[in-house]
Amino acid sequence: MTTTWLERRRSRIDDIAGGRSLGAEAFRRLRREPAAIIGAIIIGVFVVVAAFAPLIAPHSATEAFPQLQENLRPGSIPGPQEGFPLGSDQLGRDFYSRMILASQQTLLVGVLATLIGLVFGIVIGTVAGAFGGWADTLLMRVTDVLLAIPSLLLAISVAALAASPSQSTVIIAVSIVSVPIFARLLRGSMLAQRHSDHVVAATALGVRRPAVVLRHMLPNAIGPVIVQATLTLATAILDAAALSFLGLGDADPGRAEWGLMLAQAQTYLDVRPALAIYPALAIIMVALGFTLLGESLREAIDPKGRR
Amino acid sequence: MRSAARRFAAACAAGALAVTLAACAESQRDTGTEQGGSGGTGGTMVFGAAGAPRSFDPLFAQDGETFRVSRQIYDTLITYKQGTSELTPGLATKWEPSPDGKEWTFTLREGVKFHDGTDFNAEAVCFNFNRWFNLSTAAAQSQAIYYYELFGGYSNNLTKDTTDPVYNSCQAPNPTTAVVKLNRAKGAFPAAFGLTSLSISSPAALQQYNGDEVTQSGESFSYSAYAMEHPTGTGPFKFESYDRTNQTITLVRNDQYWGEKAKLDKLIFRVIPDENARKQELQAGTIDGFDYPSAADWPALKNAGFQVLVRPVFNILYLGINKKNNPALRDIRVRQAIAYALDRESLVRNQMPEGAVVATQFVPDTVNGYNPDIQPIPHDPERAKALLAEAGVPNLTLNFYYPTEVSRPYMPNPTNIFTALAENLRQVGITVNPVAKPWNGGYLDDVQVNGVQDLHLLGWTGDYNDPGNFVEGFFGSPGPEFGLTDAEDGAIINSIRKADETVGDEAHAAAWRETNRLVMEQLPAVPLSSSPPAIVVRKGVNGLIPSPLTDERFLTVSVD
Amino acid sequence: MLRFVVRRLLQVIPTLLLLSIVVFAWLRSLPGGPATAFLGDRATPENIAELSRLMGLDQPIWVQYGRFLGRVVTGDFGTSSITGQPVIDEIGRALPATIELSVAALVIAVGLGIPLGYIAARYRGRPLDVFTVIGTLVGVAVPVFFLGYVLKDVFAVDLGWFPPSGRQSVAVDATKVTGFAVLDGILTREFDASLDALRHLVLPSLALATIPLAVIVRITRASVLDVLGSDFVRTANSKGLAPGTVRGRHVLRNALLPVSTTIGLQVGLLLAGAVLTERVFVWGGVGTLLADAITLRDYPRLQAVLLLGALIYVLVNLLVDLSYAVIDPRVRLS
Repeated sequence: MTTTWLERRRSRIDDIAGGRSLGAEAFRRLRREPAAIIGAIIIGVFVVVAAFAPLIAPHSATEAFPQLQENLRPGSIPGPQEGFPLGSDQLGRDFYSRMILASQQTLLVGVLATLIGLVFGIVIGTVAGAFGGWADTLLMRVTDVLLAIPSLLLAISVAALAASPSQSTVIIAVSIVSVPIFARLLRGSMLAQRHSDHVVAATALGVRRPAVVLRHMLPNAIGPVIVQATLTLATAILDAAALSFLGLGDADPGRAEWGLMLAQAQTYLDVRPALAIYPALAIIMVALGFTLLGESLREAIDPKGRR
Repeated sequence: MRSAARRFAAACAAGALAVTLAACAESQRDTGTEQGGSGGTGGTMVFGAAGAPRSFDPLFAQDGETFRVSRQIYDTLITYKQGTSELTPGLATKWEPSPDGKEWTFTLREGVKFHDGTDFNAEAVCFNFNRWFNLSTAAAQSQAIYYYELFGGYSNNLTKDTTDPVYNSCQAPNPTTAVVKLNRAKGAFPAAFGLTSLSISSPAALQQYNGDEVTQSGESFSYSAYAMEHPTGTGPFKFESYDRTNQTITLVRNDQYWGEKAKLDKLIFRVIPDENARKQELQAGTIDGFDYPSAADWPALKNAGFQVLVRPVFNILYLGINKKNNPALRDIRVRQAIAYALDRESLVRNQMPEGAVVATQFVPDTVNGYNPDIQPIPHDPERAKALLAEAGVPNLTLNFYYPTEVSRPYMPNPTNIFTALAENLRQVGITVNPVAKPWNGGYLDDVQVNGVQDLHLLGWTGDYNDPGNFVEGFFGSPGPEFGLTDAEDGAIINSIRKADETVGDEAHAAAWRETNRLVMEQLPAVPLSSSPPAIVVRKGVNGLIPSPLTDERFLTVSVD
Repeated sequence: MLRFVVRRLLQVIPTLLLLSIVVFAWLRSLPGGPATAFLGDRATPENIAELSRLMGLDQPIWVQYGRFLGRVVTGDFGTSSITGQPVIDEIGRALPATIELSVAALVIAVGLGIPLGYIAARYRGRPLDVFTVIGTLVGVAVPVFFLGYVLKDVFAVDLGWFPPSGRQSVAVDATKVTGFAVLDGILTREFDASLDALRHLVLPSLALATIPLAVIVRITRASVLDVLGSDFVRTANSKGLAPGTVRGRHVLRNALLPVSTTIGLQVGLLLAGAVLTERVFVWGGVGTLLADAITLRDYPRLQAVLLLGALIYVLVNLLVDLSYAVIDPRVRLS
């Protein structure tokens, strides 16, 4: 049963592609799955906080307060006090506000990276899967090369190319990692459907090719894509944090983003561990939420798991 | 149930293994690094270095990690008194310039031997001076940065930008007298004779192991066997081995050392690039000390019983202003406005280590030629706004470059420093456009070579006690970093050249005091701070003297 | 067979050539350059320009590429511009470190993952199952660099059970044979060196094992569930076989098939995914080599690591294909 690493990576993706769409039955089973419920709750809380972050946060992410700066030293960062429930950060800013506002930026990075990966993946996968032939061969050869490079290395390589690191370079670097996965996934779904009854029927009825692809094949392939997107959200947030740790992250130090905050807090682990622990916990919770939901979804649509 | 039981047993075995390993850890930890302490010998010290040395020949180096190791193996003619930047006899017991500063006569120490057993004498000194002067490949010449900076060129200049060499010749009238002739006087001497790059190597070893051989092919360089495996000096420690797998460099005591012998039997440098990892190694007791603890950790380390040895300040951090790209910055009022906008007091208090000070000029106050009469520029946002209005640029937008992936003694945390300063500038109505670049990934290129920035952060750690080492490097010639031109900034450039050429200790210092005043009047950049880097060792490590030049000698160190 | 091998080997050449172009172009488009990185902030713009010229970096890129190709063909990958060491030697030192760490992480992931996955399946839907599944997924969600720091702080600094970083203690004088520290200790009968190396392995391999552990638990659980519901298990149970026999002979054996496939998949990910772990634990492996090379713009090292990595990857794939043909007569080499 030995196959190459790449083949197994491919087949793991193809396995998801073989799954059914998210029907009512799948949702019914999801509701019984405690892991799914926990994941959904975590994500729900996270999204609500992010949506209302500017209303919840008492201060801005960039403003430094004289009363906090007064006692701020490199080796001593003021803790919780009146008006500042989590105390100061390393620059005399309100840590609580930054934690809250960071939910927005973190979600933004995760969602945008996933969306960009999704769009390119869908385009490539659809073209390859729907048309086959040389287009398929060429596109899949390229995605194979990308798949063969371990994801973090790929992200590092892309991020290092940027003339000046910024939030957008992080998003792009993280998204490129997921493009081949989405592309392969969609191609698999498409291929599986090319000879299915409803596609054959539509084609026989004279529906034109693009319409068949967009109206009949794509919607049926969307279930596995959603599963993968949920999982990708978690890895995107973690990869962005890793890039920040390696110094390839967002260069605007005013911006509050959990990965960036965690990376910047490395200097203060002995001084005020809270500066690292809170962003770390936030990242862990969010990544866990998406992973739990994604894995449960995967199981719910997996035909093998139905019993 | 049998198989279940077996699996359970297996799990227990795995757990037991972990516990056993941990238990062994306990016993080893007790002996660990302190093993040499008993038994009456000098013991071993393991020191955590931040990076690997490039080679063991300091001639081809410009980085502190290479120098740290070299300083233990080699001696220089003149050296710096421990813990200061004052000169004290090294291999030369006396040094005397001619009145015109073009001839230096060194009286050498007698009875000194190199690690390979050969004699140190005037011939050996001249051999070294001639070796430097006669470097025969472009690759070697382009890498002897410090030599090039001091001596300007070689007997046969192979690179484009070299100038007429300062060095002329060296004579050895007798074994204890070496006379070095120069083509012109240089303010950097005699202080610069103590630079680690000018360490004296064994001529025999240099010849045997092809010391000058720096070969180059494409982007690759390789050094001689001398520089990689056989460094041979006269210093208190001898090179033993470099374990590249575990990144440890082992030196052993030189029992034939000319001065007081080193106390340690063995000195091991272990390369640990990650700052947190260095700290944790010290806390776990697996190393005895390390360099550059983060200022944030000083209080915690002190509380835990470690000794934080703070070096005297000998560096400058400045906010560079480039006049070239934004015409508004040509206006002295705009540059002054920037200076008034910055809250340097808060910056130093909030972000710099204990002992850091606000800088009033481009040399720290420990340098001869520091001008005590220059008043610090106060934090005055109102005045800054008024000056901007007067200059007619109320809506100024500036590209502010700052580096990432780096920490320097003068700039412990560039991101924080940038953030604080950018916020100051915003408060007086200047729009800041932040541009972050990795230090090696474009920052130095953009800022020093291409000069594309309006504002930037940079600094300097002094090599020896002369203002020229600081100020001449910044503003001594027209260049891309500050957008200086001969036409506009001739006054500064000329004043620096004159000060450098002024001979006589007091006259030299006076000329530099005047130059420093002039520079601050013209404000081509804003000096921000001088901050002391530290070194940390565990309790029981004695005799390590922190040096302003980061020139620590481990020969006085003992461990218990 | 021979024709197949020759043809596949010939196919490798254009692949590597293409890759070398991509790698070369990628390197040269990185901002900053090796001359600045090499000389540091002490150098003047003139110094840097001079060194760049010497390195041939002012030449047109195709000229640079031609020279590079000429050297590589003769097996000369150059010396690292950080250390001055031949790049091949550096890779030779780093590879055993990375393999050692990956194997240790895999042992932990498999050793814990299969039992945990089995337990989760046996107690499906009960708290033990939920706890196991969520617990292992938490491991995936923790940023590795943070996990590494916490592990070191607790087990190395506070408890002092394990060394915080590195591969060997300086006090242990180990003889090098293969470069695999644990193995070398056994070969030379310096068992204390082996033990020392093992102790250094514990924390980094734990940190590295979190992700494969979660995957193995999940696959084992799913596959055990699959088998438990299959006909032959039902038959075996109805035959009245002892439950232990059924579980051992029928369930576990069949369930492990897909698991073994997954383990194979994890090996590749581990080998190269160790960048962060190696950095946190100052583990001188390939990941560190690569990350440092990117930071310091070490062109020769980056080129060599990436190209040799690709070559090894391609060759391993070829070997696997060949072994298929030998093992399984149904596979035809075409």
